[in-house]
Amino acid sequence: MIWIFDIIILVFLVVTALISLQVKDLLSAAMIFGVYSFLMCLLWSGMGAVDVAFTEAAVGAGVSAVFLISTVLRTKRRSSD
Amino acid sequence: MKILGFIAVIITGILLLQAERDFPDWGDPASPANNYRLSQHYITQTFTETTVPNMVTAVLADYRGYDTMFETVVIFTAGIAIIGILRVFGSSSQLEHKEPTLTAKKPDLIVDTTCRLLIPIIQLFALYVVAHGHHSPGGGFQGGVIFGASFILLALARNLQTAQKWLPESRVLTLAGAGIFIYAGFGVAALVLGGDFLDYGILTKLLPGGVEDARSHSMLGVEIGVAFTVTAIMFSIYSNLASNGKMKEGI
Amino acid sequence: MEFLETISTKFNYWIYIIIMMIGLYAMISKNNLVKKLIGMSIFQTAIILFYVSIGYKENATIPILYHDQVHGAQHEEAGDQNELSNAVEEAAKEIHVAADEQAEHGLEASHVDHPSSLEINPDHFANPLPHVLMLTAIVVGVATLGVGLAITQKLYGEFGSIEESEILEQIKSAK
Repeated sequence: MIWIFDIIILVFLVVTALISLQVKDLLSAAMIFGVYSFLMCLLWSGMGAVDVAFTEAAVGAGVSAVFLISTVLRTKRRSSD
Repeated sequence: MKILGFIAVIITGILLLQAERDFPDWGDPASPANNYRLSQHYITQTFTETTVPNMVTAVLADYRGYDTMFETVVIFTAGIAIIGILRVFGSSSQLEHKEPTLTAKKPDLIVDTTCRLLIPIIQLFALYVVAHGHHSPGGGFQGGVIFGASFILLALARNLQTAQKWLPESRVLTLAGAGIFIYAGFGVAALVLGGDFLDYGILTKLLPGGVEDARSHSMLGVEIGVAFTVTAIMFSIYSNLASNGKMKEGI
Repeated sequence: MEFLETISTKFNYWIYIIIMMIGLYAMISKNNLVKKLIGMSIFQTAIILFYVSIGYKENATIPILYHDQVHGAQHEEAGDQNELSNAVEEAAKEIHVAADEQAEHGLEASHVDHPSSLEINPDHFANPLPHVLMLTAIVVGVATLGVGLAITQKLYGEFGSIEESEILEQIKSAK
């Protein structure tokens, strides 16, 4: 039964990766990248890699999203592609 | 350009999918990576050798301590590189091209109160994560990132100056250096006492308990060093990126 | 049918390859520098997913010894604090926890029988080595992302744009 959740997370992972690269607004791209990192963290904790998942939750979903947002606000918000 | 890139990516993908046939089945305990006797040694012997139940922490800080030390140096170098790239000293008006639009003049009441309540809890949790990394998921990297994130939260909720009252730039660099100094200090202490570099077992002459306890305690010290560096560098990267190197006004 | 079986046993590898291709495509052909950096991060997480998938074992738990496995050992260590290291080692060895039995009889089993040596079956714990390698890779990854973003801001201050094509044009026209 648990593999259904795995597959749902994996599909969402691909979808969020595609959206964060396709969306024109860079602030939304940074936010969706945070969602992607958090889904990745869920997947890893399901695989038993709790330390890696913890690090990803703190670093990927937290700090790197803040770094991206601060750069986007300091430069331009719109992207051409 | 886009077409060429697409073709290159598709060719790479097809090659990888071809190679994927040779991979072991997913979750197979008998696969070569899981069957290799080094990882089996880590799983079975870590507790008897170091009295640390969390194998990941033990392997990170003890067995592969040399690796982790230079990973910390990499983070330190990245922080110094960002300061070198972005930091602008002095205040010349011609450098300021655009001020951010989101700068709040007065902190919002709800945001301010929430941060006042949350930041001590976050910092306490970060200390717990560093100190309890032997028995539960956690360690220097995670605790350091969470501790740095609490200062980033303060800078986001109030402004950059408030956070810099607690962590001014000079203190940030001192902390970052001190972390690596602590880490290398454990290695040099082992060297002076007649052992190998970062061989914590010999530190039993200085620390209470037997060889296993000395290794466990040294791991805690090393993790504290890692946490210092990671905290300082995370806040340093944020403050440089958010203020465009001027350290005046954040986002 | 054979094809479906191949997918079901290896779908993690398939997803990792797909995510890696997405990240690689973004790094090669996106025009915006921030998008390129997001692509780089996605590429990194794909590699980390690959390593963590290798360390996974079916029906295995997280690589942390649980309380019942070490509780008895710590209890006995507290009893003879003054003993030297080999005594502690012996105390640790005196505790025997068979993970098989625990799975069958529940948690009480380890309290009832005081076994004679700490026997750990490697098949019951996930492989810790890939986790260690990837844990540092994530933190170094965010540091490199920070360096990339700093260069992006510097380029914006210099050229007033974060689109690769516009920056290249300005460099060409300046020559």
